[in-house]
Amino acid sequence: MHPALQGLLTIVIGVGGCIGYFYFSNQFLDKVLFPAKGPNAGRNINRANMIRPWLFLFPALFALGLYLAYPVVETLRLSLTDRSQGGAFVGFANYSQMFGEPKFWEAMRNNMLWLIIVPAFSTAFGLLAAQLTDRIAWGNIAKSLIFMPMAISFVGAAVIWKLVYDVRPAGEGQIGILNAIIVSLGGEPVTFLSVPFWNNFFLMIVLIWIQTGFAMVILSAALRGIPEETVEAAIVDGANPFQIFFKIKVPQIMGTIVVVWTTITIVVLKVFDIVFAMTNGQWETQVLANYMYDKLFRSNDWGVGSASAMVIMLLVTPILVWNVYNARKEMR
Amino acid sequence: MDGIAGKKSGLTWAVHISVVLLVALWLFPTLGLLISSFRTADQIAASGWWASLFPSEQTVQYRTGAPDTQVQEGTSFVIEGNVFDEAGEDRADISAWGTSARDVSAYAPGDTADMGDDGQLTLQGDGTYRLVNDQEFEGRRGERMFVTKITPPEFTLQNYRNVLGPENREGMLKAFFNTLTVTIPATIIPILVAAFAAYALAWMDFPGRALLIAAVVGLLVVPLQLALIPLLKLHNEVGIGKGYLGVWLAHTGFGLPLAIYLLRNYMVGLPRDIIENAKVDGATDFQIFMKIILPLSFPALASFAIFQFLWTWNDLLVALVFLIDATGETTVMTKQIVELLGTRGGNWEILATSAFVSIAVPLIVFFAMQRYLVRGLLAGSVK
Repeated sequence: MHPALQGLLTIVIGVGGCIGYFYFSNQFLDKVLFPAKGPNAGRNINRANMIRPWLFLFPALFALGLYLAYPVVETLRLSLTDRSQGGAFVGFANYSQMFGEPKFWEAMRNNMLWLIIVPAFSTAFGLLAAQLTDRIAWGNIAKSLIFMPMAISFVGAAVIWKLVYDVRPAGEGQIGILNAIIVSLGGEPVTFLSVPFWNNFFLMIVLIWIQTGFAMVILSAALRGIPEETVEAAIVDGANPFQIFFKIKVPQIMGTIVVVWTTITIVVLKVFDIVFAMTNGQWETQVLANYMYDKLFRSNDWGVGSASAMVIMLLVTPILVWNVYNARKEMR
Repeated sequence: MDGIAGKKSGLTWAVHISVVLLVALWLFPTLGLLISSFRTADQIAASGWWASLFPSEQTVQYRTGAPDTQVQEGTSFVIEGNVFDEAGEDRADISAWGTSARDVSAYAPGDTADMGDDGQLTLQGDGTYRLVNDQEFEGRRGERMFVTKITPPEFTLQNYRNVLGPENREGMLKAFFNTLTVTIPATIIPILVAAFAAYALAWMDFPGRALLIAAVVGLLVVPLQLALIPLLKLHNEVGIGKGYLGVWLAHTGFGLPLAIYLLRNYMVGLPRDIIENAKVDGATDFQIFMKIILPLSFPALASFAIFQFLWTWNDLLVALVFLIDATGETTVMTKQIVELLGTRGGNWEILATSAFVSIAVPLIVFFAMQRYLVRGLLAGSVK
């Protein structure tokens, strides 16, 4: 069958199946199982109302359980077993093997750099862009353009920035804009992506470029939510624009800044496509997600691969706990 | 914040300039790739994309007509013609020319170069030349001219024809439709599943509700890397293997936490009166959901649909793991581009065009639906 036709059929089955499931299960509950008539009508209505939420929730809970909750447990189990020994329990052998690999520590070091630099610069640029664009007439157009990279895939961004970083041998005309600038200033062309250590930063710039728009949109809404009286009072007291920004505005939106920061942190922990497409972890640019992919699908080592996935999970956990804590606090 | 005292400071100009700089910085990388996709391979290799926006100067060697084209005019022998016509090129403006490789801009257009025994050569700005001598020209080839010509900016759609054309060398057309096949079901299916669950979490009372909401918030950040191996194993065991069904299911599962979270937050904010009135009038929960909640929640549904569309269209990892098998028949665009980066890293005309074919659709969605995207972002970031 043609894939497009298959896709159409899946939409029909998926959507029709969903509606059918919800409709008929509700009918069954109300008409057959606990009919709202006869001697037990009152009790039946109560019972039906107790069961109904679970009818509504069941498909979603099933999918969440199978596709997100179960894998966490299963990955933990896989990380403690060895596939080549038929899945035998090997304790922490995979972990100690992983900790013995220099490539893993390189990925850890790079990930830590990514974790500090990308959220920091994205948030800072986002805050700057939000503050500046809110003050001018064509701010919305400027916002759109800064926000635009959000829509571009990591792979697309990798191609875009590979052209920016492109390098030709000295003496030839440079077609990458950065090297063109360097050469026109009298420097030697730089191979940006294969200079160890610094190339990490050139990869990070790509993600900062993508995430700044996100930070800007959220922070701009927060800045607009600041009560004007606080700003006016500061102006009356003779504060200059910088003092107003750093001492009045930023403290008031600190909560939002933290949210933006943690959200970008999570994106960073999962970053895979950029490194995969631009350097594939060569020249000391490995990161955890790409290391994991290498282990799982190139060396076929599920044990160590799962162990490194657990490391990513472990790094996410504090944010997870913090988010759940805040969400519960808000609901009360 | 207009009208606040002290706003019209000298900083206004600084603000405008900073924003222009910021926007330029954010726009230039994409612009470079877009412009490159409209240039030929030779143009890309010869100069940076920024140079293509301006007329370019190029020094090219031409020859006059061969001696056998000479005509006799009185006592002198003449060879006439146009360098561009004879070379089969478009006419261009000439800024300077010369007769020796050591000094290619010795003469201005219209000047006459005296080459002694070889005659006098005159070259006009439009490329017409006239070579005059008082003795007969001999030999087989004409005189050399070094011409500095100014070519206007020139762009071509040929790259797009090559990439999307019927010969389809890089498989981009197939990948485009494959991506579409992945994206549309993977966007539509989770919406409905999530909407029902979100309604239950927002408007139905049952024990364990708060716990479930907390669980959804928690699952929001679980890295999907953890799901790769267990689910691939599961798909192989139940016989789905690698293919569209697997990737649709995976995207549905991974998209659900955000969908439920966004939709629940929106639905909680709907006015309580409407729902309670409907209940008093005897509507069942199913009817309330289908006839009231779903239509009212359109903005939130649109927000999530955009997110899920962008995410599934731009995804590489999930497609690599759950979709693309050894035959490569089901390849998606992101995968094709990564492949091109490896095999044709220097062929920028193909790379740039392929990348732009893949970027174009999300960009259109982005600019058309930006309002909903922003609204979704504001609602979706955990406060």
